[in-house]
Amino acid sequence: MGDVALNAKAKRIRSDIIKMLYLCQSGHPGGSLSLVEILMALYYRTIKVDPRNPKWEDRDRVVLSKGHGCPALYAILADQGFFPRADLWRLRQIDSHLQGHPDMVKTPGIDVNTGSLGQGASIAVGLALAAKYKKAAYRVYAVVGDGEAQEGMIWEAAMAASHYRLDNLTVLMDHNGLQIDGSNDAVMGLGDIVAKYKAFGFECFTVDGHDINQIVAALETPVSGKPKFICCETLKGKGVSFMEDVAGWHGKPMNAEEYAKAMAEVGGSDDV
Amino acid sequence: MSDAKSLRVAYGEALVELGAGNDRIVVLDADLAHATMTSMFEAKYPDRFFNFGLAEANMMCAAAGFAHSGLVPFASTFALFGTGRAYEQIRNSIAYVNANVKFGLSHSGLSVGEDGGSHQSIEDIALMRVVPNMTIFVPCDPIETKKAVFAAAAIDGPVYIRVARPVVETLTAEDTPFIPGKANVMREGSDVCIMATGLMVKDALKAAETLAGEGIHAAVVNFHTIKPFDGGRVLEMAEKCGAIVSVEEHSVIGGLGSAVAEVLAGHSSAKFKRLGIQDKFGVSGKPADLFEKYGLTAGHIAAACKSLIG
Repeated sequence: MGDVALNAKAKRIRSDIIKMLYLCQSGHPGGSLSLVEILMALYYRTIKVDPRNPKWEDRDRVVLSKGHGCPALYAILADQGFFPRADLWRLRQIDSHLQGHPDMVKTPGIDVNTGSLGQGASIAVGLALAAKYKKAAYRVYAVVGDGEAQEGMIWEAAMAASHYRLDNLTVLMDHNGLQIDGSNDAVMGLGDIVAKYKAFGFECFTVDGHDINQIVAALETPVSGKPKFICCETLKGKGVSFMEDVAGWHGKPMNAEEYAKAMAEVGGSDDV
Repeated sequence: MSDAKSLRVAYGEALVELGAGNDRIVVLDADLAHATMTSMFEAKYPDRFFNFGLAEANMMCAAAGFAHSGLVPFASTFALFGTGRAYEQIRNSIAYVNANVKFGLSHSGLSVGEDGGSHQSIEDIALMRVVPNMTIFVPCDPIETKKAVFAAAAIDGPVYIRVARPVVETLTAEDTPFIPGKANVMREGSDVCIMATGLMVKDALKAAETLAGEGIHAAVVNFHTIKPFDGGRVLEMAEKCGAIVSVEEHSVIGGLGSAVAEVLAGHSSAKFKRLGIQDKFGVSGKPADLFEKYGLTAGHIAAACKSLIG
């Protein structure tokens, strides 16, 4: 897919995110919107998956460790044909397969349950280590939040990934700088996050997290004998002016006026 | 009986036997391989053994990753750290999705002894019992420990095997049935029924022997599975004996005694007494001294039986 088509796709995914979050009047807009290009770089340009065979043994695995960003993932999975797009409009509602946080049992295309922060990165380590043991060629991608790096488990996982030389594992951080209670710096500063991952033995990259080509370039750079860390510099709420870089839009429902404005900004056309 | 053996050694041996010819079995530990005895598996199958260091939470989630990859991981550490520190990892990353992870956790209960209250898990059964999809085995002797390992591997979903540290003589035979969820009557009796699990089965049998000398016929039922719980057997014995004493090396809150009480409530008027740790923490000491201090000897069990039927 070329850049023009990808840009159009990104708009459509953002409008789907906004619509599904408006309809359920809950969920996490800020961290879903910041994540769009990271997941697009994976799903449209990098990984091998088969929507007709979601459990395909040799597929690449994606672990959305920051599980609250799942509306972005759901919109992409629907676009790729894992399930009908109409399912999106029943996000978080009773008997929908689209749970508030990713559910591998209910939703085709979800590889791992996440939502409780920190755990996804460790599961990804298990997946990557199991792939090494099985001599399988597939790769494992863990997408973590920046606030999530305050969880001690993230560093347990980092230590293990390096110890076991998991060069089939890539950790991508959606580094938007904000979390529920405010900025990372105000709540619990991460310091130099890239230096930290480097100290843990990762090959590190920093990219513009809204530039798919930059993300893909980092994803494609070969690394041997160590895991990879890609710090994706992003804007929370990206694409909706009144949400951008505002911590308050971490988990706030939109009213009708805000919905209309947000949809207009991302070029969405669907009425509710 | 003969063949006394530490249950953790029985666990290590069982893993080695299970792993023979089945390369889907992998073993994980958190720097306690020489205590949990997974070191026996490591020695035999080094490429299938993964040490996660002192990071129990990471180990449990990584175990989920192994299970999602079609492997059958057995993750081991001490019961307290496995069920306690990694509780939410077990809850969310394993049980919630019915991941095929087994955790054989050793050094459970008071019998850890000298390490003291910080290492004596008295709440592990309670923690695991409230988690949906969980199976809980508490073997009473080396033979049951081995059967629990093999039964766990045959179940598709999370299984907790509570492995006590002490050397225990064999109480069961190779051909004694080990059916998950089915309690075994170890001794028939009609005056009172002692319901025991794990290490306390031995003392329950001893208590029944003492009572027999006094003309009291005590039945002994071994609950090697705490979940799913054999409520049918509880009601049957309540009807037959009219008096029940439960005994466990665990808090009386949330373990075997609670499970029995939940079955009896509203369905039986049998007299009932729970022996176990009475909502307090352990202390350092020799296991035998601790069992005496906390009221968990054959003598205490016999006295409890008599108090119900006297």
